[in-house]
Amino acid sequence: MIKTRLIPTLLYKDLGLVKGEAFDSWRRIGGVVQAIRVYNLREVDELVFLDISATGEGRPPDFEAIDEYADNCFMPLTVGGGIRTVEDVRKLLAAGADKVAINSAAVKTPEIIRDTARVFGAQCVVVSIDARARPGGGHEVFINSGALGTGLDPVEHARMAESMGAGELLVTSIDHDGLMAGYDIELIKAVSGAVSIPVIASGGAGKPQDFVDAIQQGNATAVAAAAIFHFTETTPSEVKAYMKQAGINMRV
Amino acid sequence: MSVAVIDYGMGNIDSVVRAVEECGGSPVLTRSGRDIAEATHIILPGVGAFAEGMERLHSLSLVEALEEQALGCGIPFLGICLGMQFLASRGTEGGEVPGLGWIDGEVTKLEPVNGERIPHVGWNDVEHDAQSGLFRDIPSGKDFYFVHSYHFKCANPGDALASTPYCGGFVSAVGRGNVFGVQFHPEKSQRAGFQLIRNFLAMR
Repeated sequence: MIKTRLIPTLLYKDLGLVKGEAFDSWRRIGGVVQAIRVYNLREVDELVFLDISATGEGRPPDFEAIDEYADNCFMPLTVGGGIRTVEDVRKLLAAGADKVAINSAAVKTPEIIRDTARVFGAQCVVVSIDARARPGGGHEVFINSGALGTGLDPVEHARMAESMGAGELLVTSIDHDGLMAGYDIELIKAVSGAVSIPVIASGGAGKPQDFVDAIQQGNATAVAAAAIFHFTETTPSEVKAYMKQAGINMRV
Repeated sequence: MSVAVIDYGMGNIDSVVRAVEECGGSPVLTRSGRDIAEATHIILPGVGAFAEGMERLHSLSLVEALEEQALGCGIPFLGICLGMQFLASRGTEGGEVPGLGWIDGEVTKLEPVNGERIPHVGWNDVEHDAQSGLFRDIPSGKDFYFVHSYHFKCANPGDALASTPYCGGFVSAVGRGNVFGVQFHPEKSQRAGFQLIRNFLAMR
């Protein structure tokens, strides 16, 4: 039976790993290779690496750096940040990425989803959706690391991404991100219910029960988290053991 | 020992090279017929669409070179993910396209039987009967990493080496003589995956 994945997320900005609160107040947390080696030893299920300054700085992914990270990464790796063309995707996959996460380009030029899926298959196209709660209810999709509102509804955007050939969705609540007070269950549930591709919940995990809630209440397929692993003593193995206790099928 | 890892511009080739190194092999990332002719083992990796991939194998004149070594000379051959699917008689992703046809069967899309999400992404059981040396020292039911939407339907049940419980169960490893294919990614499956690669490299 398929296991529910627990996915640590590494955010990269200005030459190092960072973690912020609500996509702001970034704190430095060390080197990438060092972090990857630790996760290798812990045999985590999968890793997501996002270069959150690439799009804002108008530059492509740093292929050389990613090649080095991937060489040290013996677990499935999803890489995002700054992807604008199918050629960018080709280079990332050749460097050792298993999947790519497309966020801003999926809004600006949605054809990139279709074109990438056509060449490399849907299974390697993760569309990353960052959303903020609207004051009056519902959510809005933001791009450029949360800097730019799009007016799009995340559920509609998710359906579009699936119809264009996305193989997976990474759904992050900007409001909840880094606060370690739980996922935005309403957002995760709305998106999960709207598509039949896997949905990774992201943003807000602070304790093991939060992961359980994302799966059992939010109907997420997988859970991603960063701050809890950087700023608390909690390890991925402890969270997985807790989730298994709660009746979720985990690889422990 | 020289392991030719075939580079036809599709997918996670670098990970395969790194994994072979970690398992004690000497990988050569190549699309040259000469390297393939000198190899002791051949790995055909791949992520992507069947039609696009077969077209690339043909346009790079790799099909003949691979056939000569794997079928003619009996060099151990391992296809991974899309590389496994190419072994089939035909694929249906991006239109019906002939495959290498080394192991009879066809590649079709996974169909949910119980609300399963497609693609099949993540860690799942690989169940085998321990008959094949490919799974030596790997208990049946061990988790391997999958990321795919299509699967290999064997025409002869004897060619199926392992199966995985998703969408009613699908064939997750095939083998006939010196030719093997795995739907999962051993290069990303940590300890069990590296054991499988070592088992493959130990074949002569």
